[in-house]
Amino acid sequence: MKLIAAMSGGVDSAVAAARVAEMGHEVVGVHLALSSNPQKYRSGARGCCTIEDSHDARRAADVIGIPFYIWDMASEFHEGVVENFIAEYSNGRTPNPCLRCNEKIKFAAVLDRARALGFDGVVTGHYAQMKETSAGRLMYRAVDPAKDQSYVLAVLNSEQLAGAHFPLGDIVKTDTRKEAKARGLYVANKPDSHDICFVPSGDNAGWLRDRLGSESGPIVDESGEVLGEHQGAYTYTVGQRRGLGLTVPAAGGIPRYVLKIEPKTNTVVVGAHEALAVEKIVGDRPIWCGPAPISGRDHRGFAQVRAHGQPLACTYSHNNLEITVHLDEPLFGLAAGQGLVIYDDDRVVGSATVSETA
Amino acid sequence: MPAYFDHAATTPLSALATSALVEQMAKIGNASSLHSPGRLIRKDVEEAREQIAGLVDANPSEIIFTGSGTEANNLALKGFYWKAHAQDPQRRVVLISAIEHHAILDPAEWLDEHEGAELVFIPVTSAGSVDLVFLTDFVQRRGSEIAVIAVMHSNNETGTLQPIAEVVAIAGDIPVHTDAVQSFGKVDFSFSQLGVTSATISAHKIGGPLGVAALILRRGLDLTPILHGGGQERDIRSGTLNAPSIVSFAAAAQESTSKMAERAIYIRSLKKYLVESLFAIFPDITVNGDQTHSLPGIVNITFPGTESDGLLLLLDAEGFYCSTGSACSAGVPRPSHVLLAMGVSERDARSSLRFSLSFSNTRAEIDQLCEVIGSVVHRARAALARG
Ligand SMILES: Cc1ncc(COP(=O)(O)O)c(C=O)c1O
Repeated sequence: MKLIAAMSGGVDSAVAAARVAEMGHEVVGVHLALSSNPQKYRSGARGCCTIEDSHDARRAADVIGIPFYIWDMASEFHEGVVENFIAEYSNGRTPNPCLRCNEKIKFAAVLDRARALGFDGVVTGHYAQMKETSAGRLMYRAVDPAKDQSYVLAVLNSEQLAGAHFPLGDIVKTDTRKEAKARGLYVANKPDSHDICFVPSGDNAGWLRDRLGSESGPIVDESGEVLGEHQGAYTYTVGQRRGLGLTVPAAGGIPRYVLKIEPKTNTVVVGAHEALAVEKIVGDRPIWCGPAPISGRDHRGFAQVRAHGQPLACTYSHNNLEITVHLDEPLFGLAAGQGLVIYDDDRVVGSATVSETA
Repeated sequence: MPAYFDHAATTPLSALATSALVEQMAKIGNASSLHSPGRLIRKDVEEAREQIAGLVDANPSEIIFTGSGTEANNLALKGFYWKAHAQDPQRRVVLISAIEHHAILDPAEWLDEHEGAELVFIPVTSAGSVDLVFLTDFVQRRGSEIAVIAVMHSNNETGTLQPIAEVVAIAGDIPVHTDAVQSFGKVDFSFSQLGVTSATISAHKIGGPLGVAALILRRGLDLTPILHGGGQERDIRSGTLNAPSIVSFAAAAQESTSKMAERAIYIRSLKKYLVESLFAIFPDITVNGDQTHSLPGIVNITFPGTESDGLLLLLDAEGFYCSTGSACSAGVPRPSHVLLAMGVSERDARSSLRFSLSFSNTRAEIDQLCEVIGSVVHRARAALARG
């Protein structure tokens, strides 16, 4: 096959590219430039958009012995991911930009371009497995649950998954770093990135404040009583406990959590932990990673709402526009905008974006 | 068979230059040492200097060896600016053509940002040649404020030759630097006849080694150095003289100059063949820049509806090596500032490739290129049209 290997400059994507090249595929390494001003990229080894990273990716491609190019995806990334991130927050929702990037950039803009140029698909260093089954090419969790990244890939439809290759899905005993070292890839010891790549400081609230400005509004309890003031509702997330700065003490000294963000009135609602309990989740924009489950009927499965969250046993159904999930046990703290991913054991069934909880 | 069409980026070391380099590397001695081995190396370096001086029609003392063309350009631009500005604080304008190589463009921007200079660009015509009307007018209006003028002898992306003699005439007493990196060894180049104050030439574009070049600087002038040290080169450039590279540079200069006329005829006919062959396949392509007053081997072509990095990737995979405008330090493709200055749209600038040919290329290579380029352009168009 002819494959484009998306190389971030990190260890995972380097080993992924090396593995497919070794299998005899014709591989071309590509580093995605995601900021329109790469000269101004922060320095440091973490993240996915520094000059060092593009250099590291190039060096890895040289060691593997594959061609290497930089593709400018800055405007696609800005429109598809960064603007959406800001818009979601300003609507009181909590988006996951990595999901968005996979859906709109890596397996859309990049995959489309790769296909047009005559390539069969895109290789990334994500930890997930693709398996050929009688029902087609389906996605499963990685063998190593600690590394599994199928959650952030559940936004890919069958057509996108047909061109997706994840050579690291079966890594379990052999650590990727050891393999990188054995292959002579000097990124072997490079730290992993954890932050959102375009929020260099890791300070989401500060980053958002710079872009959305601050606008003070009330912090209220469930009865509507004003307990304090905030400088921008978007800097809070549902389930948050620290940093509320409330001066009115809670009745009985019970800790208070952010329950809800109401962007229209710029209000943050707080309350007791029990009030965060969620048993029913509704998600819109369903995407199926394989054949769609039969609509209008209950199915058993697992729901996951965070990249490294627990799979929660549930019953779900869908009507093609929405997925409705009933959890066996309640979950505490879920914000609109988060990704809702449905699994059938280890198989990724599909995903939706949380729109309502109860 | 792969074919290399990127000789303006760098071209192979010639056999003569290789043997000169290897021979010299076996010798011991620092050209600045006073003992016999040192004197012997000094003699080799000075002979090389005289040889190169003869070939560019300059005085040997006017040749200042540097570690790259980039260094020579920096030395000239910053040196003239600092000198003029120190003598007369009024002189702050650095006037450069809008199509200079980054080795002039970036030091000029640096002077503007950090040293109090005012950077002014001389626009170019749609044919890629500096606008002499603008220059004349600007010099008339603000001549007393200009510290230095830099206009390249020929452009590295389009191959278009620049009217340097006219620039010098308009400039009068204002120092004029010309970056002749692409011209030397390809077209006639006489330092004394041109009358410029300084010029840059670089070895690796003419079959010499990488990492050696020269600033040709008119006698009697001194410049503020960038590197301070032993003062080996007229106190303007310090660093132990790289005798093997300098000797090899002279060998390459000699060879390329003596074969220049004959090679130029061949290379120009090859370029014509390339352009005609491409036109036969794609009637909608455009050739950027004046092709009558141009270097023999460089041609820049817009393939409408494509993205040049896609073209490059596909051609590379097929074994054909050419180049796109330029990339930033992280390697992100940028539309060429040269083409933009000529009024080419950003869209078209992003769809352009440079082919640069040498005497070693053949018609057969061009025929092979033309066999694959149809499908390459087709796919690159599809890639741009995606989504
Ligand atoms: C016009 C021009 N000037 C300057 C340079 C830089 O020369 P060097 O590679 O010797 O630093 C080049 C080559 O890239 C060039 O084409």
